[in-house]
Amino acid sequence: MSSSGFDQISVEALNRRLFFVTIFVCIVFAVLVMRLWFLQGINGQRYWTKSQNNRIHVQRNLSFRGLILDRNGEVLVNNLPSFDLYISPDDIQDKERLLRNLKTLINLAPEEVSSRLKKGSKSNPFESVLVKKNLTREELVSIVTNSFSLPGVTAEPTHKRSYLYGNFAAHLIGHLGEINEKELASGQYPSSISGDYIGKFGVEGKWQNVLNGKSGGKKIEVDAEGRQLQVITKDPAVSGQSITLTIDKDLQALADTMLKDKTGAIVAMDPQNGEILAMASSPSFDPNEFVTGIDKTEWKRRLTSGTDSPLQNRAISGQYAPGSVFKMVMALAGLEEGVITPEDSVVCTGSYDFGNRVYHCWNKKGHGSVNLHRAIRESCDVYFYKLGRKIGIDKIAYYAKMCGLGTKTGIELDSEKGGLIPDSEWKLKKYGVAWQPGETISCSIGQSYVMITPVQAARMISVIFNGGKVYQPKIVKWIGDKKNESQSKPILQRELKVKRSNLEIVKNGLIAVVNEAGGTGGRARVKETVVAGKTGSAQVAGIDKKIKDNAWFVGIAPAENPKIAVAVIIEKGEHGGSAAGPLAGDLIKLYLGFAEEEKTPVSQDTPISVEGD
Amino acid sequence: MFDRRLLQNFDWILLCLLILISAASLTNLYSAGGTQIMMKQVYWYLIGFGLLMLMTTFDYHALERLAWHIYLLTIILLVLVMVIGMISKGAQRWLNLGFINIQPSELAKLSIVIILAQFFSTHGEYPDYRLRDLWQPFLLILVPCLLIGEQPDLGSALVLAIVAFSIILLMKVRWTSLFILIATTLVAAVPCYFTLLNEYQKKRIHTFLNPESDPLGAGYHIIQSKIAVGSGLLTGKGYLKGTQTRLHFLPEQHTDFAFSVWAEEWGFFGSIFLLILYLFLILWGINIAKNSKDKFGSTLAIGITALVFWQMVINVGMTIGLLPVVGIPLVLFSYGGSSVLATMLGMGLLMNISIRRFMFQ
Repeated sequence: MSSSGFDQISVEALNRRLFFVTIFVCIVFAVLVMRLWFLQGINGQRYWTKSQNNRIHVQRNLSFRGLILDRNGEVLVNNLPSFDLYISPDDIQDKERLLRNLKTLINLAPEEVSSRLKKGSKSNPFESVLVKKNLTREELVSIVTNSFSLPGVTAEPTHKRSYLYGNFAAHLIGHLGEINEKELASGQYPSSISGDYIGKFGVEGKWQNVLNGKSGGKKIEVDAEGRQLQVITKDPAVSGQSITLTIDKDLQALADTMLKDKTGAIVAMDPQNGEILAMASSPSFDPNEFVTGIDKTEWKRRLTSGTDSPLQNRAISGQYAPGSVFKMVMALAGLEEGVITPEDSVVCTGSYDFGNRVYHCWNKKGHGSVNLHRAIRESCDVYFYKLGRKIGIDKIAYYAKMCGLGTKTGIELDSEKGGLIPDSEWKLKKYGVAWQPGETISCSIGQSYVMITPVQAARMISVIFNGGKVYQPKIVKWIGDKKNESQSKPILQRELKVKRSNLEIVKNGLIAVVNEAGGTGGRARVKETVVAGKTGSAQVAGIDKKIKDNAWFVGIAPAENPKIAVAVIIEKGEHGGSAAGPLAGDLIKLYLGFAEEEKTPVSQDTPISVEGD
Repeated sequence: MFDRRLLQNFDWILLCLLILISAASLTNLYSAGGTQIMMKQVYWYLIGFGLLMLMTTFDYHALERLAWHIYLLTIILLVLVMVIGMISKGAQRWLNLGFINIQPSELAKLSIVIILAQFFSTHGEYPDYRLRDLWQPFLLILVPCLLIGEQPDLGSALVLAIVAFSIILLMKVRWTSLFILIATTLVAAVPCYFTLLNEYQKKRIHTFLNPESDPLGAGYHIIQSKIAVGSGLLTGKGYLKGTQTRLHFLPEQHTDFAFSVWAEEWGFFGSIFLLILYLFLILWGINIAKNSKDKFGSTLAIGITALVFWQMVINVGMTIGLLPVVGIPLVLFSYGGSSVLATMLGMGLLMNISIRRFMFQ
């Protein structure tokens, strides 16, 4: 015993004190035990009841989705009050009985309810689960009157999306749909949970975050019967912002009506700034059907029946051979490259031999001697075959691309397609084979590989008539409740570097198409103004010879100070002049205010033009 | 260097108590936090028991010489926390070492015990300590306390101060000095309350005094914890069946309120069982202090035991509504790497002292 200053006295003193320490420790433990006895023994029953009643419920307040308006402030899409059916999983007493009751009361499939409860409890264990949207009046009444036998079931007031005019501009406006697991996981929809509806397509989809706002909610403490005791936290919902579109309601309605029972697309555009005035695609759908949650089998049936894919927005993602509509680009390219003058003429015998193939003009009898003006007016194929040979495919592609063809226009919608403008380099890359001169001949009349979308067609003629300005097509004028012109500035993508005089020559040709005798587009004539345009009948890429041609008309008016450009394509419409031209004429008439009061959309005037290309 | 007597004297009782408590902890963590949390704690325990064994391999008297080095290292780490520490939940308590985040405040608890043991064993000649003899230990306590309180980690600072004062009290202090000490502490507490405490800390004391005044805010934790404990009744709701736990009514249920989870699921008897384990551990620690043949050893043993005792009392007292909510975990029972490792280091030292109780230098 000799270590560090340790002696007998301090050992005894320390031991004595450690004895007191032991007693102190025991007393403290006794206090803890007594307290535990007080909580768990004496008052235990009270706390046990409390813990049974202890349930926190979370209620969500969905935000008010922003409205969608037309360019004149007319409401196109709004929200209506409705009731949704919710089940709070915590409050279910007898699941089997509940499912049976719901089945008998409102004919709700038990499997559907079960799977929704399962999904809901996975993502948010303490929140009520949405089981059915938009209860009908009868369903609401039977739920409310039978609430006693439906513990945990509530009908919550909410608002449902309402598309006032049914399938009006359905592809442009888009639709809502229930958020899926992939979208939930993507993190792009921070304020949405399983069961919520989000914009899936069109403007609804592209501007989901602007329109949606932020959902709020409150956490409430409830007792075992679900009666609210106290509000714990409250988080108000933030309404979404309204969106004012560039489309004109009346023009759009007319375009939609015109395409009824047809397959095709119509795009109307303001040539001076690229604003889309109307965009229709057919076959179409009613976005209201998605609001109630369209039946899955019904969907499958519709999507798989036929090949007409109603969900495709043909105006921006339909890729069509432009046919003779392409000739306006060819004419411009020829003049700019200096390979022709307006006076140069060509003799059309009705066909053109090249290599060991014969290329026909649509007019089997031949046009005789044609110069550029007449070639455009009467859409002489032989003239353009020869012109194409002179320009060469790469120069053709250069001018076509300059006019905005063959690439996405940048319109603010998903699913836009670019179309295709081929050149020799593309061919070599894609097929590993050199470009064949014969292919240039087909491309010269907008066939072969050449593909454009209707919105590109409307912009192409706008570019020729607005002095060469290529604007990005716009569909949203401004966001928010107040008029905000600063948001609606046009977006100029590029300006054509071509001679004014050459543009004038092409313009005059296009005016002649509609207004001169022998023009193919006479049916688009409007007597109050000067309409210019080009017809087209494009063969559907050579799968089946019997398939009828697609009918094109691309027009613009008034020719001198253009206010509206229109592209119409009717699939299997055969002749552009007769199937598409009158539609364009009527749209122009309506927009410029020359339409008679009675609104017969498609007028069947006596033919005043040559039936043809 | 290894002595066979070390193995003969190995403290199996201490080891068994530790194993029992950690087994209870893992069982409880599976219920409170799930597999992942439990598995992490398994790793902490494995490392912890490894450290414990490591701490028995040298003679603890070496620490007498190293006490100052350890103390200074701790202060440096605490200063580092202030400068480059990680901020989480409003406090800057962690140091990121790349592979692991450590909480130097846990280490500080151990090093203050070591430095005080060193101080009192080298100043063993005084019969009764007067206040003026104690300026050195006071300073030694004050520096880490202020650094930790600044993080802010009021709970750890409080534990540090209480443990240090427990050690000082155990050394014989004059009655008059003791009286002056207590009186000045009380007088100092008033300005301290107004100047040093954060708003949320003041609020906690208020709500402790009257939890019903703010049942959904700060008082929520106390009320929910009391409901959890009370609703366990005598035999508990059954393992994995605590509704308060399952429905997440309990805040921080795998750390600060781990005991509430245990009490809810195992009831009064289960709680008593756990408390008795702690009681045995503490009494055994006192016994080791008593059997140690030198002043350094016994002061060290008593300091380590006091650490376990006070942390346990403050935590359990908090969960059953006896003491205000100060965020300290239940030592050896709550989830937390730094706490487990630091405690196991301390337990290793206790084991070391216990093994060498018959050894003489």
